[in-house]
Amino acid sequence: MVRPIATTRSASGVPTGRLAVWWVLASEIVIFGGLLGSYLLHRLGHPEWATYAAHTNTWAGAFNTFVLLTSSLSAVLAHQAAEQGNGKKAANLLLATCGGALVFLIVKSFEWTHEIQLGYTITSNGFWAFYYLAAGLHGLHVIAGAIIMLIVAADARKGKDLQRVELIGIYWHFVDLVWIFLFPLLYIAK
Amino acid sequence: MSTPSSHSHEHGHEAHGEAHHTNYVKVWGILLVLLAISLIGPELGIRVVTLLTAFGIALVKAYIVAKYFMHLNIERRFVVQLLTVCLGLMVLFFLATAPDVMKHWGMNWRNDSAKNANIPEAPHHEAGGHEAAPAHGAGE
Repeated sequence: MVRPIATTRSASGVPTGRLAVWWVLASEIVIFGGLLGSYLLHRLGHPEWATYAAHTNTWAGAFNTFVLLTSSLSAVLAHQAAEQGNGKKAANLLLATCGGALVFLIVKSFEWTHEIQLGYTITSNGFWAFYYLAAGLHGLHVIAGAIIMLIVAADARKGKDLQRVELIGIYWHFVDLVWIFLFPLLYIAK
Repeated sequence: MSTPSSHSHEHGHEAHGEAHHTNYVKVWGILLVLLAISLIGPELGIRVVTLLTAFGIALVKAYIVAKYFMHLNIERRFVVQLLTVCLGLMVLFFLATAPDVMKHWGMNWRNDSAKNANIPEAPHHEAGGHEAAPAHGAGE
């Protein structure tokens, strides 16, 4: 099969696929950075938001942090397996990472259900608007990452395009990074 | 003889091969210890300790993930510079807008709505006709 030139070219010294992922992440930094920067500005300007933040479940947030850190471990171990040419092991580790994504989303859905039942919705006030927007945008990234990982894992199992294991891994670590900042901002600072 | 393209691929593989000498389980263990500290610190109820353990440790965790899991320590320098410029832009955005958003008055302006939202007992009709509860005015 003839591969597109961009797939094999590496004009910058970084393989094109990896360079593309870094560009995606550079734009993601601006997206999440802008959102979290705005939240921080408003949070510092509105001390009463601490009383709203008191209603978020710190233990659920901490558990999800544990889940994402662990899924990052399986993602980097998948990359290690791919580097060693072990596609099957890489695929299994990517599936484990997807499992982490699923657990994260289940915990989040229980959390949101409880909060909405208590009357804290996206229209309640500025804090809850930021809370649902930031966590929701992050959740969409988790879903997107899990879908891509399933596709990459299916190919990796056949020993095909193993370099993609690293690429989805880099993206997944970024998703983890964003949560590392969301956790203290939305759950700990009360 | 390798082409420039394949050479750079080889370079990438060699560098990333070196990365795999890292003990990832150990790095993960350190991250979990930091997570525990970020949970325990705020329980003490001391503001400085909360800031250091929650946000200071978040920065340390982010650094560890970026360095060891994303392998930024062995990535080409221009990639790190690209990401740093984006982060710098966000800091600039924060610093440039902070005076307007976080303060409620300046030399030639006042933001009564935000001010009143911070003082729930203040009469809301003074906030430019906003009758909403403080909670609704909080984000204004």
